[in-house]
Amino acid sequence: MSAAQPQTMAGEAPEPDLAGEAPAFWPTFWKNRMAAAGAVVLVILLGLAIAGKVLTEWWIVFDTETIRLPDKFKPPFSEAALGVISAPDAPVFGRYLLGTDELGRDVFARMLQGSFVSLSIGFVAVGISVLIGTALGALAGFYGNLRLGIITVDTLIMRFTDTMMCFPTFFLILTVVALLPPSIYNIMIVIGLTSWTGTARFVRAEFLSLRERDFVVAAQALGVPEIRIMFRHMLPSAMAPVLVSATIDVASAILTESALSFLGFGVQPPYATWGNILADGKDFIFDAPWLFFTPGFAILIVVLAFNLVGEGLREALNPGLRERRT
Amino acid sequence: MWAYILRNVWQRLILLVFVSILAHSVVHLAPGEPSEVDPSNPRMKPEDIARIRAAFHLDDPLYLQYIYWLRDLASGDLKSFKDSQPVLPKIGQRLLNSLPLFLLTTLIVWGLSFPTGIHAAVHRDSPFDRSMTFLSYTLISIPGFFLSYLVILGVVDTLDVPVIGMSTFGMDEAVPVFQWMDRLWHLAIPALMSAVMGIAILSRYVRSQMLEVIGQDYVRTARAKGLPEDVVIYRHALRNALLPFVTMFGFLVPGLIGGSVIFEQIFAWPGLGRLGYEAILARDFPVILTLNFIAAVLTLIGTFVADILYLFADPRIQIE
Repeated sequence: MSAAQPQTMAGEAPEPDLAGEAPAFWPTFWKNRMAAAGAVVLVILLGLAIAGKVLTEWWIVFDTETIRLPDKFKPPFSEAALGVISAPDAPVFGRYLLGTDELGRDVFARMLQGSFVSLSIGFVAVGISVLIGTALGALAGFYGNLRLGIITVDTLIMRFTDTMMCFPTFFLILTVVALLPPSIYNIMIVIGLTSWTGTARFVRAEFLSLRERDFVVAAQALGVPEIRIMFRHMLPSAMAPVLVSATIDVASAILTESALSFLGFGVQPPYATWGNILADGKDFIFDAPWLFFTPGFAILIVVLAFNLVGEGLREALNPGLRERRT
Repeated sequence: MWAYILRNVWQRLILLVFVSILAHSVVHLAPGEPSEVDPSNPRMKPEDIARIRAAFHLDDPLYLQYIYWLRDLASGDLKSFKDSQPVLPKIGQRLLNSLPLFLLTTLIVWGLSFPTGIHAAVHRDSPFDRSMTFLSYTLISIPGFFLSYLVILGVVDTLDVPVIGMSTFGMDEAVPVFQWMDRLWHLAIPALMSAVMGIAILSRYVRSQMLEVIGQDYVRTARAKGLPEDVVIYRHALRNALLPFVTMFGFLVPGLIGGSVIFEQIFAWPGLGRLGYEAILARDFPVILTLNFIAAVLTLIGTFVADILYLFADPRIQIE
């Protein structure tokens, strides 16, 4: 630990020297083979999601909604029955790359559309939870001793966090999602509103220790406004663990969405998400296994990629761990 | 010491009140209502809905509804909206069903995670460590119900293990020994499936905790004075690595309710999680609120016990 100390201090200099940190960060990250593989998968996925949004909604190449009853339960790579189906309804290239479902809809098109929806659920939910968690944690850590009437800001915020932690999270999400009208935005918001407690706790801990550091004391002595100290000076130093946990939280938000879909409270049609394709597919596991295995393995690979990248980031951003690894 | 415990309990009681108020507001402020469960039923006339609302006190202000709920809960005659059965015995019976599943799951999780985690840490970067790391990431990343369905597909045909419900139909007449064996047989797969996520997370945590401790100076000292490796690992390192796991006890207990919804649904296990799911579907507010309340009580008791245990386990902690 003592060997890592000077490095830590250098990393938290008043003006974070990003150029100086970069060579230490990327090599460590790329050296971790699994994290590198995860990052490649995520980049491909991002491309797929954007392509999915463009090709299924704006410039319709892959049609997600056309129902072709003569072509239901076609296995992957099978040809469309072109004689029975009218030409505008036929899939691109006349083939179903990933087969069709119980209504003859093209599974490949639906998976493409779902990739964008699933990813946006993950990102929006985590965005909300990171915003709330960071704001509350920063306030509690920075203005901890300020008194509001009978209690301090810190007590107020942390007791609220404790209250939230007493709820069984999945049960709470399920309750709220079931009571609210079904909508994709409600699912994102509810997942975000229920998962910020961890972020709040470690941002607070980070701020508590940063508040005593020389660069913060120096900034205060120079008369820098408190808001500026919090956001420009302290927040960048506290962001590393937030980034790590956000990456892993995207993974668990995607899993939560699929679990909600399984219970029938997921994203409702016409939106396709990987979660609800999987949940619908489970009813046809013997007749049309591709309806079940395609989304299942897609979720597995993507969530795995997020987890591996998160873990790689944790290692690359944490000098203490890095020191022991070499 | 006693002052610390008293203050701790007092804080938790206040927290509990806030949790129940928050739960109440969430459930009542959301748009859905028990009278709207079956909106397409033509026999539901406006006056019926009004009668239901009056019977459930749904027209009273929120704070009055909260007080009614608290009073009924305390006096024990809180009734379910759905079937007018008393809530507490209903929950108690489901708790008895969930308990064996929960205990076996916990046993599997803690029993498997520690040996694998310690072994992986001691033989760091060995093939075992690498494959365990990859395996646990895979298990964390797989949707629980997807894995369960795969296992059901594999297990039912080859091993003849039952996967539905708590007992085989017609077993009520059998000798108690056979009933017990049947029950255990039915427990096996659901418990294993609920344990998967826990094993993956906990074994990773054990591994990183052990690595942290093995790098410390006192472990090097223990090695330097010529102690056998087993003594160094299990007597010196492990005891210190165990410390943070005391805290995890606290967050273990609420899994009894929240963590089991999916798996009880898949395996048709009539436990607490399914009760909660059915209550949510039926907008059965008293059951939802009471389940939530019990989960909060369990969490608070769990963290309280963990706090006290920590005092005894870690002599460095001083009560100010």
